[in-house]
Amino acid sequence: MSAPAIPIPEGVVAHAPGELRRGGWFVRITIAAIVLLWSIPTLGVLITSLRPESRVNTSGWWTVFANPFRTGEWTLENYRLAIEAQGFGNAFLNSLAVAIPATVIPITIASFAAYAFSWMEFRGRRIMFVAVVGLMVVPLQMALIPILRLFTQGVTLFGLRVFPDLELNRTFLGIWLAHTGFGLPLATYLLYNYIASLPSSIIESAKIDGADHFTIFWRLIIPLSVPALAAFAIFQFMWVWNDLLVAYVLLGGAGENRVLTVALRNLVGSRGVNWHLLTSAAFISMSLPLLVFFSLQKYFVRGLTAGAVKG
Amino acid sequence: MRTTDQPVAGPETPAPEGGPRTSADDRASPLRAVTVLTATAVALVAFLLAFGVMRDPRASRFMVVSVALVLGVGGVFLVFWTMDQAVDLISPRFRESLRPYVFVGPALVLLAMFLVYPVFNTVILSLKDNISRDWVGLDNYRFVFTDRHMLRAIRNTAGWLVLVPLLGVSIGLAFATLADRLRRGEAVAKSLIFLPMAISFAGASITWQLIYNYRPAGFGSNIGLLNGIMIGLGQEPVRWLELQPWNNLLLMVIMVWMQTGFAMVVLSAAIKAIPDEIIEAARIDGASELQVFWRIMVPTILPTIVVVTTYMVINAMKVFDIVFVQPSSAENNGTVVIAERMIRWFFLLQHNGRGAAIAVVLFVAVIPMMIWNLRRFREQEAIR
Repeated sequence: MSAPAIPIPEGVVAHAPGELRRGGWFVRITIAAIVLLWSIPTLGVLITSLRPESRVNTSGWWTVFANPFRTGEWTLENYRLAIEAQGFGNAFLNSLAVAIPATVIPITIASFAAYAFSWMEFRGRRIMFVAVVGLMVVPLQMALIPILRLFTQGVTLFGLRVFPDLELNRTFLGIWLAHTGFGLPLATYLLYNYIASLPSSIIESAKIDGADHFTIFWRLIIPLSVPALAAFAIFQFMWVWNDLLVAYVLLGGAGENRVLTVALRNLVGSRGVNWHLLTSAAFISMSLPLLVFFSLQKYFVRGLTAGAVKG
Repeated sequence: MRTTDQPVAGPETPAPEGGPRTSADDRASPLRAVTVLTATAVALVAFLLAFGVMRDPRASRFMVVSVALVLGVGGVFLVFWTMDQAVDLISPRFRESLRPYVFVGPALVLLAMFLVYPVFNTVILSLKDNISRDWVGLDNYRFVFTDRHMLRAIRNTAGWLVLVPLLGVSIGLAFATLADRLRRGEAVAKSLIFLPMAISFAGASITWQLIYNYRPAGFGSNIGLLNGIMIGLGQEPVRWLELQPWNNLLLMVIMVWMQTGFAMVVLSAAIKAIPDEIIEAARIDGASELQVFWRIMVPTILPTIVVVTTYMVINAMKVFDIVFVQPSSAENNGTVVIAERMIRWFFLLQHNGRGAAIAVVLFVAVIPMMIWNLRRFREQEAIR
């Protein structure tokens, strides 16, 4: 028997079935531990929201694990109270009316701009692009006060009205535009990266076929950019849906148009100890973003990494 | 650069004579002009009617929300479409040099209104008094760098900047690396880590009350998990959120909990993009798993790590909700941060000047990050 000429198989046998590499016990236990740790807070909210008020206040939520089938341990009453009595149903609708347009508008505007930056030639293209992306770092907090003043008073320069009072304060249009402004830099940046990397041959051949820019953009670029658009859409939707600050300042803490996060904050303020209501309200506010994320998460990863994933 | 006083040359411009030219000129026909103008007028009337409904206090919520959705989603497309049609009405000489500005214009206008104008306005406000009437020079900035709570806020924010990205990226990277080796259940495990990302800061603060809550003896049983554990161990319950300086760390944990999922998802995608051959080759050469991780995986995905870290640093710098929503006073607990101070001075203490000065300081602190980001962008452009 001759000596093996290739030493590789030996080396592979020595290292390959290592515990780490193929997902041995160490990997599985570590993953399970982190996942458990990460799920505890959410689990606490879910359980508390399903327990009657008296139980919530007399025993910790983790005690349900001791005897989960005790009578009177579970109830849906908290959700009914939150939706009807506390107006969370209306607030939910308002959140929709804010979040959906505040996602669609910046994506549309940003993709038009990203298309122009990547496939059109015009004076000042580079400077404009750098300026747009550079604005990504303006803290949102810095912009709120001037915008509020803009909405309520317009702009007067040396006693001269240079910008009219648009009466946008406490309107949906006002908050859509504000969220659009805040979301545009990141949206333009992400979409530019994607749209500029599309093969130029497609666009050239469409031009030869006589398509104008609008047609190329709408019929070709948009369908091709779906992963990037969806990724940003998820991101923006979750951000707008979960936003408290902008909604609080521009839509107000009370009134017809208040959104979920504001209603939630009011609940903390007015009755900080009503855990059964607070948790069910919190869970209502989480439900939609969770649904959106879980149904679109494939796009999220694919779009953010723009084709770098091997599969 | 293209100039407008000579015929525009570009792949999209029709040839000077013959063939395609006629079809392009049809765009400017009177019939088309009438159509575009009518469509614009109809759209305007529809917009005004819709705004009427949205402001009508008697309209049902459901109606208002439906109108808002149609208006918001359809409106923006209609704006671009009408503008594009309008450009077609202009003389073909200027048409194609004007069109890019129609595509970019709305973005620039909104950015000027919502980001550029506020920056200048805030700088001006920061040099005026509490009601923005008289100029006070640098008084507000003197306040920012001498006030006891402000100094504390600056120190705390520095802590957030370092610890939150550090913890978030390390846990995210470790989790992504390990999850990559799972045979089954990778998607489920990742989704559960990502889940807190979908929760609002306000929701997260409530969520964590169920962990940190404290009730003194005689005020009901402790419903916070940590104190439940303390009691289980036979210890006295602790006022976790008043335990200086550790309460800062406990609040940072909330943000780490929320943002690790983002870091993990992006890093995991980068790890999966590393070619198998490289890692296999290293293993065959006898590299240990730790060596593979530190010498091959980390250097390969370094650009992604940098992007994720930048994102988290900027977020940590702007953190406000987590501290703001806490039931007890941030000043007494020593948990103040810069952005929270700013909101408090602007809205609760009604001092425009000081609030604006804090905002300017926050902005200046982000500028190095911006320059660095832009430089990185230019390098990327050079590679392309």
